[in-house]
Amino acid sequence: MAVMNFADAIEKALSTAMATDPRIVIFGEDVHMLRRNLYVQFGPKRVRPTPISESAFLGAAVGAAMAGLRPVVEIMMIDFIGVAFDAILNQASKVETFSGGKWQVPMVVRASCGGGYGDAGQHEQNLWGMLAGIPGLAVVVPSDPADAAGLMLSALTYPGPVVYLEHKLLSDYWLEYLGRGNRPTVQFDIPAAGARGEVPEPLTPIPLGQARVLLSGSDLTIATLGVSVHRVLVVASRLKSQGISVGVIDLRTVSPLDRATVISQVSTSQRLLVVDEDYRDFGLSCELAASMLEAGLNPRYARVATEGVIPYARHMEEQVLPNVERIEQAALSLMGTHF
Amino acid sequence: MKQYDRGNLYHQMLRVRLFEEMIQDLWDKGLISGEMHLGIGEEGVIIGVLDHFKDGDALLLDHRSTPALVARGVSLRSMLLEMFGSKNGLCAGQGGHMHMFSPEHLAASSGIVGASGPLAAGFALAAQHLRPGRVAVAFFGEGAMNQGMLMESMNLAVAWKLPVIFVCKDNNWAITTRRSWVTGGNLLERAHSFGLSARQVRGTDVTAVWKAARKAVAEARRGHPAFLLARCSHKEGHFLGDPLLLMLRKPIQQMVQIAPGLVKAFFHRHGAAIATRMQSVGTIMSNLGVMGAGHWFMNQDPLVRARRRLDPDFLQRTESEVRQEMEHARTSAQNEWGKECAQWQS
Repeated sequence: MAVMNFADAIEKALSTAMATDPRIVIFGEDVHMLRRNLYVQFGPKRVRPTPISESAFLGAAVGAAMAGLRPVVEIMMIDFIGVAFDAILNQASKVETFSGGKWQVPMVVRASCGGGYGDAGQHEQNLWGMLAGIPGLAVVVPSDPADAAGLMLSALTYPGPVVYLEHKLLSDYWLEYLGRGNRPTVQFDIPAAGARGEVPEPLTPIPLGQARVLLSGSDLTIATLGVSVHRVLVVASRLKSQGISVGVIDLRTVSPLDRATVISQVSTSQRLLVVDEDYRDFGLSCELAASMLEAGLNPRYARVATEGVIPYARHMEEQVLPNVERIEQAALSLMGTHF
Repeated sequence: MKQYDRGNLYHQMLRVRLFEEMIQDLWDKGLISGEMHLGIGEEGVIIGVLDHFKDGDALLLDHRSTPALVARGVSLRSMLLEMFGSKNGLCAGQGGHMHMFSPEHLAASSGIVGASGPLAAGFALAAQHLRPGRVAVAFFGEGAMNQGMLMESMNLAVAWKLPVIFVCKDNNWAITTRRSWVTGGNLLERAHSFGLSARQVRGTDVTAVWKAARKAVAEARRGHPAFLLARCSHKEGHFLGDPLLLMLRKPIQQMVQIAPGLVKAFFHRHGAAIATRMQSVGTIMSNLGVMGAGHWFMNQDPLVRARRRLDPDFLQRTESEVRQEMEHARTSAQNEWGKECAQWQS
């Protein structure tokens, strides 16, 4: 085991995979600086900066993947996928089916996601629900360094397109560039166990579609992912002291979604709370509710998600994003002890 | 036709500069959150173009929106309150500095690179219908010139004879990537080949910009879309805390953080040939060197240039007046924000 930062764990996974698989190439805006260590280790042919032309280079990643490379294409912030959506929506995700299963598109779209540093809803979205809603696309959202490395390793051997999202409160360099900017005058609510932690040596791949049960609980099951995992663990420990047994599931990937694990936990607890930093409506929280009904379960259900457009002001943003207080209230309300 | 008034152009540039410096100070103090992209260095471009504006002309902006909004007369106090996150801010604290909107000025901004292009085409289309003789201006950096939506808008503007002026603030850097690495051909020729009437001008010379913009705006008002390529430099890099600038300004602090990773990567037993790795290290270092040199050559301050030919008494009067205006806006906004914060606490 080695202790490392979230971003370093991702880099280690990339470095390990690139050393054995010469087909892996990285491109995206500013990657010669953002990925300078890989740029030095593997040279400018395998790590190359792009113009600010997301629709061109994301589309090019699809073509390159079809032609034998395994691109890791970076678009800085997942919000910017809007500029290049066709490559994901109509190209990468369609090729395998349209070719009758003969042609796959093994590529990783790497982007930062998430809020909590006052940048507003054009730079702080998560969008994993919308992306996972596209058949043929895997969506990965790690919550700590070990998962970040293990899931990246799997993404790099996955047969189809994968969107890999790293939350800015976990990735120190993103938060430094976008939020702190070398200022001692600003503070952020960084989950310590998510930003830095133990990573196995050698790195072990974590299969996509396998949730992790962090706590088993008989009274209430909370399904979540990303930064919210850490907010939920705070709530679970508070509720434990009140005698409430809370189970916590880190979904790890939105697609493939590990419904079986959630169903299994909820069939015991009969209560499901979904905590999702993505938008509330038409997304992951709805999908999990539908999955429960389809499995013949009828649990008490609630969700804490991002409410509407994320506003700029820090104090407003905090209310819109899932926070510990909102999660605790929703949990207590499901237990019937708080309104 | 607008009369050329060197003193007024300087006055407006100074308002922009001092407002940006005030933002920088407030951001450093932690009163403004998120990324901060300043417009210091592009005052000549902004003022040279906007001096030709009339009511009813529309303004589409990128992530450096405040210089143009100051020039258009948007309340400084309400912009400061917006950046503090106040409910009394220009956009009720919900937009922040990258997303400033002022419907009465027909002014909108966006944090998505290149987004001002299609929006300007749409505002120009509305002008054709609703405000004949009025124009829309899109400001963007030269990095945005490689964005599909912007190039498509240029074609659309020509095909539909839209009254648009596309203004490219060319500082030679796309975020922290040198232009020559990622941009093919010549930007002036590129715009020209879309059928735009294209001009190149030294963006640090407000008089030159003013003259070129006069022609461009007049053409656009007659339904001939135009393009201006104006060279300038950003004193504060892409954004405050720009890693490249930090490397130049605080090399020891930055190298302590960066060097161990580079050394490890260089000597890693797997990877490219050593010669290739040398090449990569060399490129990173030369990037920093070019940025430093670029700053040295390009940092021809548009205000210093404009000041040279103005009367000292006028300068003294103007500078004191603008300082007072800024001080007043700052005090008033900070008082208001202080009250709002006190209300939460009670």
